[in-house]
Amino acid sequence: MNETANMTSVPAGPDEDLTPEQLAAQWEAEAPPAGGPIANFAAAAVATVLGAAGMVLSLQLGLGTPSQPQPGLWPFVMSLVITVLGLAQLIIGRKGGEGEKFSKLSWLVLFGAATLIGLVALMPVIGFEIPSLLLCFVWMKFLGGESWRSAVLYSVLVVAAFYGIFILGLGTTIPHLF
Amino acid sequence: MDFLQPVLDGFGVVLAPNNLLYCLLGVLIGMLIGVLPGLGPAATIAILLPLTYGIEPVTAIIMLAGIFYGAQYGGTITSVLLRLPGEASSVVTVFDGYMLAKKGKAGTALGIAAIGSFIGGTIGIIGLTFLAPVVAGFALDFGPPEYAALALLGILLVATISNGSKTKALIAAAFGLLLATVGRDVFTGAERFTFGNLDLADGIDFVPVAMGLFGLGEILYNLEERHRAAKAPAKVANVWPSRADLKQSSGAIGRGSVLGFFLGILPGGGATISSLAAYAMEKKRAKDPSRFGKGAVEGVAGPETANNAAATSSFIPLLTLGIPANATMALMFGALLIQGVTPGPQLVDQHPDLFWGVVNSMYIGNILLLIMSIPLVGIFVKILRVRAAILAPITALITMLGAYTINNSMFDVVLVVVFGIIGYLMKKFGFEPGPLVLAFVLGSLLEANLRRSLLVLNGDLGGFFGRPISATLLVLFVVVAVWPMIQSLLARRKAAAAVDTFKTKENA
Repeated sequence: MNETANMTSVPAGPDEDLTPEQLAAQWEAEAPPAGGPIANFAAAAVATVLGAAGMVLSLQLGLGTPSQPQPGLWPFVMSLVITVLGLAQLIIGRKGGEGEKFSKLSWLVLFGAATLIGLVALMPVIGFEIPSLLLCFVWMKFLGGESWRSAVLYSVLVVAAFYGIFILGLGTTIPHLF
Repeated sequence: MDFLQPVLDGFGVVLAPNNLLYCLLGVLIGMLIGVLPGLGPAATIAILLPLTYGIEPVTAIIMLAGIFYGAQYGGTITSVLLRLPGEASSVVTVFDGYMLAKKGKAGTALGIAAIGSFIGGTIGIIGLTFLAPVVAGFALDFGPPEYAALALLGILLVATISNGSKTKALIAAAFGLLLATVGRDVFTGAERFTFGNLDLADGIDFVPVAMGLFGLGEILYNLEERHRAAKAPAKVANVWPSRADLKQSSGAIGRGSVLGFFLGILPGGGATISSLAAYAMEKKRAKDPSRFGKGAVEGVAGPETANNAAATSSFIPLLTLGIPANATMALMFGALLIQGVTPGPQLVDQHPDLFWGVVNSMYIGNILLLIMSIPLVGIFVKILRVRAAILAPITALITMLGAYTINNSMFDVVLVVVFGIIGYLMKKFGFEPGPLVLAFVLGSLLEANLRRSLLVLNGDLGGFFGRPISATLLVLFVVVAVWPMIQSLLARRKAAAAVDTFKTKENA
């Protein structure tokens, strides 16, 4: 097993013989803590702002009348719905309790997302092989805690397999270097 | 026997060797991806959507049916072997399935689940074969106002039935409808929300949205959830259930099929409700209910049969009304649209070959699933033992490269990453991605029908209530929308009343 997993895994053993009720309770306890009031405020505020922006942009497109609707009418109605619901959510969820709190492990996701963006940026320039190799290696070694040896070995194998399937086998036009 | 002729013709198409091969591939790959921990059927189907591009429509649909069944069963495998349900509808399978696996009877559990799924699915398809044309016939008179009302009701139902915050689910749904308006307006040709971007002028494709929200979003989410993964058992023996096991679970399979079929027609989480109901029913009927949770075969057979029957019968609203009943059906809807098939009441009449092709491909997918699942269990166990750290980048790369192959465009890959990040954030902040995707799929249809209705009704919104069917649907819409508010108000008043009586008692 990898390091991160060892650090955070719940002790195995006694939890093996659980009844459904106990198992459900354990899932409940293991589930990450729900987001607090700030998370709710942020989420509802983003929704409200996006809704308001949608309303402004729709107004610029023109609303027209119900009998002669202009392109902006329907998006305007939807943006209005989002804004109203967003404002409602500000109040309804003011105590928080929905979604999940970010944890230390959430940094892994940020890191992972950054590598994906890197892949997208590099792929048209230098082909998919090197960026994919780097992505595999980073995800295995740093996000997954594999050893250097297995991370290098599996990354190379994976990229070779993808090359074989997508380029040699299927003949797709994915940008490639070789 | 006029009715049966197109059905039989449909079989002729489906049984062509080429189509069988694609169905087989679909089942196999569907199971392979579906068995990965954390990726449920919706994620699996989303990731595999590019596979169905570039093949002719009927073959593509047949392959999709294979992927659909394979993905469903993949979730069962992780439930039984890892105690990790792939999706809500296989949560109850965990209780007895995992206990059976611990007793060394994982094979029995998986075998019974496969047989139960097969029977439940088959009964679901037979019901669908007979019921769908009837429902479609009823819906043939629908005009734009009825469609608009129906789509609104469908989206609302799915959003309110989902777990978690209803307001947030509705916000997600409204965003889905808003996203669907990006691009050129069909009626006026005006560009909406494109910000001068040429790639956006044609609108946002459904596939990158689904691949991002369901596929990459889940993969990113799993990066921080990895510690939950359990170890797969070393070996799975005796995959064929014994005669005694079969006999013991035959009743559960029969009851689960019927229960699942009827509950599955209802919009929103039909499969989940039916698997829970089937488990509860079996436990109630059992002579010794205490066996449940300790490895009762019926506890696997009942829910697994019911959720598959329900998954199949949820095709009825999709194929006859053009309204997907849940997130997985929204994906199937999108996939069919890409193939040039618009699910709806006209489908049976105007394209009987396609309609029966879709229905019959399910028979084939289901049969192939039964044939494949049992002998292949050993391979899946091996896959489950591969470390998540190695699997995660592989699935991420499959998703990204797959997205590129759809249109040979980097823009689609960018969209997948953007929606992947949005999907992750939505999950963290308690927004369900399901309603968004569902609303997005229905968005352009809903807007077009609304605007057409407004033209027909001369801008008179009251006209929606002048037509019996659209009036009924809209009244239902209002009831569904307002009911939770009334409920919480009543609950609050009750609580207040209780406090009041308490206070008066204190004063007295």
